[in-house]
Amino acid sequence: MLLGPSLTLSAILFAIGVAGVLIRRNAIVVFMCVELMLNAVNLTFVALSRAHGVDGQVFVFFVMTVAAAEAAVGLAIILAMFRHDQSIDLRQVNLLKG
Amino acid sequence: MALLSMLTQQAEASDAGLWIGAVIGLPLLGFLVNGTLALRRPNAKNAVSVVGSGVLLASFALSVMAISRFLGGGEERVTVSLWPWLTVGSLQIPMGFLLDHLSSVMLLVVTGVGSLIHLFSIGYMKEDPGYARFFAYLNLFVAFMLVLVLGSSFPVMFIGWEGVGLCSYLLIGFWFNDKVNADAGKKAFVVNRIGDFGFLVAMFLLWWSIDSLDFVTAFDKAANLLPYGGATVTAITLFLFLGCAGKSAQIPLYTWLPDAMAGPTPVSALIHAATMVTAGVYLVARTNVLFALAPVSSSVVAGVGALTAFFAATIGLRQYDIKRVLAYSTVSQLGYMFLGVGTGVIVTGMFHLVTHAFFKALLFLGSGSVIHAIHHAYHATHSHDDAQDMRNMGGLRRYLPITAVLMGIATLAIAGIPPFSGFFSKDEILAAAFGRGTQDPMYRLYWALGVAAALLTAFYMARLMAMTFFGENRTGAREREHLHEAPWIMTGPLVVLGLLSLAGGVINLPEFAGGHHWLEGWLEPVAAPGVEIVRSKGPGPVPLPTGQTEQLLLGLAIAIAVAGLVAGWRVTMRSTMVPAREAKPDVGILKVLYHKWYVDELYDAIIVRPIFWLSRSLLWKTVDQGIVDRAGVNGAANVSRALGWLGSRLQTGQVGVYLAVFLVGALYVLGMAVR
Repeated sequence: MLLGPSLTLSAILFAIGVAGVLIRRNAIVVFMCVELMLNAVNLTFVALSRAHGVDGQVFVFFVMTVAAAEAAVGLAIILAMFRHDQSIDLRQVNLLKG
Repeated sequence: MALLSMLTQQAEASDAGLWIGAVIGLPLLGFLVNGTLALRRPNAKNAVSVVGSGVLLASFALSVMAISRFLGGGEERVTVSLWPWLTVGSLQIPMGFLLDHLSSVMLLVVTGVGSLIHLFSIGYMKEDPGYARFFAYLNLFVAFMLVLVLGSSFPVMFIGWEGVGLCSYLLIGFWFNDKVNADAGKKAFVVNRIGDFGFLVAMFLLWWSIDSLDFVTAFDKAANLLPYGGATVTAITLFLFLGCAGKSAQIPLYTWLPDAMAGPTPVSALIHAATMVTAGVYLVARTNVLFALAPVSSSVVAGVGALTAFFAATIGLRQYDIKRVLAYSTVSQLGYMFLGVGTGVIVTGMFHLVTHAFFKALLFLGSGSVIHAIHHAYHATHSHDDAQDMRNMGGLRRYLPITAVLMGIATLAIAGIPPFSGFFSKDEILAAAFGRGTQDPMYRLYWALGVAAALLTAFYMARLMAMTFFGENRTGAREREHLHEAPWIMTGPLVVLGLLSLAGGVINLPEFAGGHHWLEGWLEPVAAPGVEIVRSKGPGPVPLPTGQTEQLLLGLAIAIAVAGLVAGWRVTMRSTMVPAREAKPDVGILKVLYHKWYVDELYDAIIVRPIFWLSRSLLWKTVDQGIVDRAGVNGAANVSRALGWLGSRLQTGQVGVYLAVFLVGALYVLGMAVR
């Protein structure tokens, strides 16, 4: 059916997410890329659930819940970051530098 | 009392343990009480005096009773074992004590003369702020000295041997606020350690060769197992003698004793004249079986003794400090004792040990009385002159008549004028050396050295008496009014010692003087095994001079003593004497003598300085600072710091970099899993 194209799309989305996380400097964009990766995984679960039963679809709900919680925590961190130094440029966040 | 009851419980059923435990325990108890008082009530001087000298007098009384009780009936010895002390494999050493004829002589000398010196100290140390501490140390010293004397095995004796060394150190540096005194204490301790090393090695060798360290069994085994003149027994005895040379201040380790005069004068009398320094002589006498088996070692003992007797006497000729003269005299007289025990006739050495304890304690206490008087005079006028310099004395017989007479007696005794005690004991040593000279020509030389030393002894003692008690007084016009005789608590012990110096010779009075060698008979059981070895395996018993030879030697000894006294007197009285601060420095040979043949300087140059150099430039600057500190400690720190720096380069703080590394890692793990 559409399994092949679905997985391809999922892989492309995931790769875009990884690239975005690695390359982009804006914390909001990086965060959106993380969401993109999560949803790419969700697409994989759904696509494969056709062949392997509904377990994958159930799992997607869990992932969405976790993603929602993550969004709350993540946005709060970004907000705190902005308050701290008036910027959300990740290049400037290097407190762990050795 | 708790200690006593503990000793009682531990002791064997026989009551000998109780007696000996009490004799040693009493001074130890005195130390504990006086030590507590020194810390809590340093001004309770009356209590300290009563306890300090009371325990000694009680110990003396108990010693006399114990000796008559256990040795009075002709018994050879009594041994007690209080408790097992060292138990390692086959090595079993009990805390055991041995009371025999030899240790009984030392026991009486230590407690008897010790009691008199304790009494003298009550007056001498009266105004010292460290009064209680002084008596605590003195009591502790006596306790250790009794352990040394009564110990029934080498290790138990070694406890006392080390203990008296410790007390000697504490008492030499008693006035430690003055660095000179503290240094003298350290010097005594360090030099003694060299000797102690010899004692230890001798013990190891003895254990290795005959498996026994107990006196009685070790001597029995040695006589049967060790070959006469063998290398092992020679090494053992030579190492033992190294220990004796350290403790008893013989060449080459004698340099600590004159410096030890930095301690209070009663200490010089008790430790550095009468008791501790004679421990080496006692050890040689105690181990006479071993020395009898090693003729080479015996010859070394006698030779070193004779040489020391002569050498120290030459230095004594030109010292100005009254106590230093007596210190070199002590070294010299100890040399005589070693000459005596080295000839194999131990009774001569022990006899001189006893008489020397009497007259040298008297000389030291007498000098203490003189120093006491001069010190008070200078104190009264706030003068800073040296109270021990004989150039500041002179004419003191008018101010200190009792002391002058008693020191006169001691001088005649040490010079060897009959019938004073020193005459008999010194003559027996020289007679034994002369007799041994017919078997071994080396002893002729030792005898000659001994005779020469006798001449010098008489000379420097006459000089000491002349400079101190005769001629014009040089103390100072204002000070003269303050000179006075010491109180009775100080002169009393002097009188007793004076009587002993006068009549002490009776304990071993020879036949020509109407006696029958009582001490020789008393020590016979101890000396017999050694004499038997020399008789059966060696050159035979020492042929003591008899008849005409004996009379000739006696005449020679008296002539020498008189000649020395007269010469010393005339030379000193004819020279112009001025107080120390106006005196011109000596020149020529006198300067060399005054500077003690520069032996201290020599030791400094060939031993102390090289060790300092080795320690400072090689061990400290190179090994410690260069290798251990720089390469070792700092090197390890630098390596870990460099590694840490390298590791910290990975930490950029950029989230992207961490993620990239994580991604690479995750891909790698996935790749490995798929493959």
